[in-house]
Amino acid sequence: MPCLRKMERMIVSMQDPDMGVKMRNQRLLITVIPHAMTGNDIVEWLIQKYGISEEVPAPAPPESLHLGNLIVKHGYIYPLKDPRSLVLRADESPYRFQTPYFWTSTKWPATELDYAIYLAKKNIRKQGDLIEHEKDNYNLLHKRINHTWDFVVMQAREQLRAAKQRRKGDRIVIDCQEQAYWLVNRPPTKNMDYYKREIEYCRKAMARTRVKSSICLEGYIKFNEQYVPHDPIMSGCLPSNPWITDDTTYWAMNAPTVPTPTKLRVERWGFNFSELLADPLGRAQLLDFLKKEFSAENLSFWEACEELRYGEQSRIPEIVDSIYQQFLAPGATRWVNIDSKTMERTLEGIKTPHRYVMDDAQMHIYMLMKKDSYPRFLKSELYRNLLAEAVIPPETKKRVFPFMRKQRHSSPSPALLLPAGDTEERSRGPAAAPVPEEES
Amino acid sequence: MCDQTFLAVVFGPCDKCSKEKPLRAVYIKSEQLSYCSLCVEMMATEGLHENETLASLKNEAESLKGKLEEERAKLHDVELHQVAERVEALGQFVMKTRRTLKGHGNKVLCMDWCKDKRRIVSSSQDGKVIVWDSFTTNKEHAVTMPCTWVMACAYAPSGCAIACGGLDNKCSVYPLTFDKNENMAAKKKSVAMHTNYLSACSFTNSDMQILTASGDGTCALWDVESGQLLQSFHGHGADVLCLDLAPSETGNTFVSGGCDKKAMVWDMRSGQCIQSFETHDSDINSVRYYPSGDAFASGSDDATCRLYDLRADREVAIYSKESIIFGASSVDFSLSGRLLFAGYNDYTINVWDVLKGSRVSILFGHENRVSTLRVSPDGTAFCSGSWDHTLRVSAGSTCLGCFFSVMV
Repeated sequence: MPCLRKMERMIVSMQDPDMGVKMRNQRLLITVIPHAMTGNDIVEWLIQKYGISEEVPAPAPPESLHLGNLIVKHGYIYPLKDPRSLVLRADESPYRFQTPYFWTSTKWPATELDYAIYLAKKNIRKQGDLIEHEKDNYNLLHKRINHTWDFVVMQAREQLRAAKQRRKGDRIVIDCQEQAYWLVNRPPTKNMDYYKREIEYCRKAMARTRVKSSICLEGYIKFNEQYVPHDPIMSGCLPSNPWITDDTTYWAMNAPTVPTPTKLRVERWGFNFSELLADPLGRAQLLDFLKKEFSAENLSFWEACEELRYGEQSRIPEIVDSIYQQFLAPGATRWVNIDSKTMERTLEGIKTPHRYVMDDAQMHIYMLMKKDSYPRFLKSELYRNLLAEAVIPPETKKRVFPFMRKQRHSSPSPALLLPAGDTEERSRGPAAAPVPEEES
Repeated sequence: MCDQTFLAVVFGPCDKCSKEKPLRAVYIKSEQLSYCSLCVEMMATEGLHENETLASLKNEAESLKGKLEEERAKLHDVELHQVAERVEALGQFVMKTRRTLKGHGNKVLCMDWCKDKRRIVSSSQDGKVIVWDSFTTNKEHAVTMPCTWVMACAYAPSGCAIACGGLDNKCSVYPLTFDKNENMAAKKKSVAMHTNYLSACSFTNSDMQILTASGDGTCALWDVESGQLLQSFHGHGADVLCLDLAPSETGNTFVSGGCDKKAMVWDMRSGQCIQSFETHDSDINSVRYYPSGDAFASGSDDATCRLYDLRADREVAIYSKESIIFGASSVDFSLSGRLLFAGYNDYTINVWDVLKGSRVSILFGHENRVSTLRVSPDGTAFCSGSWDHTLRVSAGSTCLGCFFSVMV
C-alpha cells in the first residue's frame, strides 16, 4: 500500500541522526534506555519538516497532530506511557520508534499462532494477570487452536528463556515493541464506546412498550389458520406440485398476469392490504376499483414514492421533482389529498430532496387506502365477481405409468425479457415488468 | 495513594514533568518511579481514571441488561406451546429430493431463489457462482470470482442480475446476459467494500440497493449504480454472519446475527439498532423472519434454533433436542410459517413444528454439512446446498387430511 511506504519514508527521515527528531533517554529507576522522544518533539519536527501551518479552526486538531496520530495508529511509533491508548499527545509523553520487523507493511502476517504465543508468554510472565480482552482472546484461541497448544506453550517458554539472556534495557525495549505491535493488530473491541452504546441501548429498551406474550402468540395461531391452506408444503397445491409431477401448470395458472386467477389467490387478497398490493394482478384490480372511486391517484402516488425509496441515488432529485409536479403541486393533475401539516412538512423537505423525504406523505396515503378504500374494495361487486369467477384447478390425474418421466420444459429467463440496454425498466421490481406465461 | 505519607527527602527532577521538586516514590505496574506531588495528583485522576471508567461502564452495562431482562419477563404470561395446544397436530411428513444439481467443484456455501420460483443462484468455495434453472437442472450462467470462498450470493428482484462476494471483502453485482459475445465478468460492478470478508448480501425491494453483512462487524446499505454507502450499521461486537430483510408493510427494518451471539434488529433509515436479543450460547449462523414479520428465527452453533417475537421483545420458543449436537447453519420458514426447516452441520435437515415446538421430521440425503437452505418464493419446495458439492431441491407434503397428497 503506497500510504504505508510513504509513512515508512517519513519514519526513516525522522530517525536521521542529524536532521531527525531529537532523542532523549527514558529513565526507569536505574535503567536508562536511549532512543525515546517526546510527543512535542515529534509534532515540532513534523511542522518544521513539512511546513505545516497551524492555522486550523478549533476544535479540529492541527494537521501535524492528525498526521502524528495516524503514524501512531499504524504502529510505526508507540507510546511508552499508557501503551493502550494509540494517540499522539503533544506534550512530554515519551514515544519510541517501532522496529522494522514489526512494521505494518512487512509481509509478516499477524497469525493466530503468533498472537497465541504472545499471550501465552504474557500469561506465564504475569502469572495469569492479563487484561480483560486479552483474557477473552486467550480463551478463544485456546479453544480454537487447541491441537497446537503444546507447541504454543513450548514456543512461549523458549522465547522467555532466550529473552533472559539479553540485557535488561534491550529486553524492556523488545517487550514494548512487541506489546505495541499486538495492540495495533489486535485492538480490544470492547472499549469505552462499545459499553456506552450498550448502556444507551439498554436505557431506550427499558422505556419501550411491550405487548403481552398471550396476545403476540395468539397472533401466530391466527396467522397459521389463515395461511396453512395456502402453504403448498402443508396442504399441497392444485393441480399439482410442479416439483413432484414435473407439470408446470400450477405456475402457469399463478403467473403474475393471468386472465382468470385461482380462488386461493383471490382469497389471499382479502387477508390484508399488503397481500393485495404485493400481487401485481391484485394491484391492477385495486387500481380499477380506485378509478371508479376517483381516488386512483393515491395508488399511483404510493408507487411513485416506492420508486423513490428504492431507486438510484443519482436520480433522487429528478424523482422527487416528478412526484411534486404530478401529485403535490397546487393544481397538479393528480393531486393527492394529504392533511395540511404533512403537506407542509413534505413541501419543506422537498427543498433538500433525499430518499426518505416522502415517507410521511406516503404513510398517510397508504393508511388512507388501507383503512378506507381497501375495506370497500373487499365488499365491492368487483371483488365478489372475481371470487365467484375464480377457478379451482382440478387435481392432476395420477399417471398410469409413473416411471415414465414427463419432459421438463424450460422457461425463458427473466433476464431475457427486455433489450439489454433497458436497465431502468428492468430494475423496477417484477410488479412492473411483465413476465411471460410458462409453456405447458 | 492518598494516604501514603510523604516521606521523601529526595529532591530532584521529576520523572514526569522534569521539574526540580521534592519527589515521592510511585509504583506504576511494579516499576518504581519518582514523581513530584503535582504529578502524583494528576496521575491519580488521569491514569487510573481511564481503567476505572472502563470497568465501571462495563458494570453499569451488565446491571442495566439484568434490569432489562426483568422488564421483559414481566409480560410473559404464557408459553407458545401452551397456546398451540388447540392447533391440529401435523400428520405424516414425506419430503423427497426431486432435483439434484451437480456442477460445483467444491463446497456449496450459499444460494438464493429467483422470483420466478424456479431459478436459483449458488456460490461455492472454489470461487464459482452458477445460475441454474433448477426445474430442468440446466446451468444458465456461470461466473468465476477472483477470490475463493464466495460466502454470499443473492438474486436481484427483477431476475436480471446477481450479487456475490466473500473473501475479497467486496460485494459485486453481475448483470445476467445471454449474449454469447459478452463475458459476464466484463460488466461486473463492485458495489460494497468492507474491511473483512463478506458473509451475507441481499437486494432490497429493487435492483438498485444492496444490504451487506461482513466479518468486520458491520452491516451496510449501498447504492448499486454508484457504489455509494447509504447507511452503515455498527453495534455487533464481532463478525456479522447473516441478515434478513423484514417483510413488513413499511419495509424499513432488517435483522442481523453475529459471532457475538446477538441478533440485532436495525432501522434502515437511521442506522440505529432498535432491538437486540442475546440468548444463544454461540455464534448465530442464520436469521429469517416469520412470514408475518412479527418474529424471526435464528439458527446457531449451539445446536438450537430459537424464535424471537418483536412485539413481546423476547425469545418465545427454542427448537432443540438432546440428540442434536451439531450447529444449525441455515433456517427458513415454509410459506405459512408453520414449519421451520433447519440445515445442520451433521449433514441433516430437521423440520420443526413452529407452534408446538416439536420436531416433525428429519431429512437425510446430503453427504456433508448443509451450509445453506431456502424455501422457494411460492413455498412449493426448498433448496439445500451442502459441502458435498451439490444442491438438492426437495418437495412433498404433510397430510393434514383435508387436502390430497400428490405422490407419483
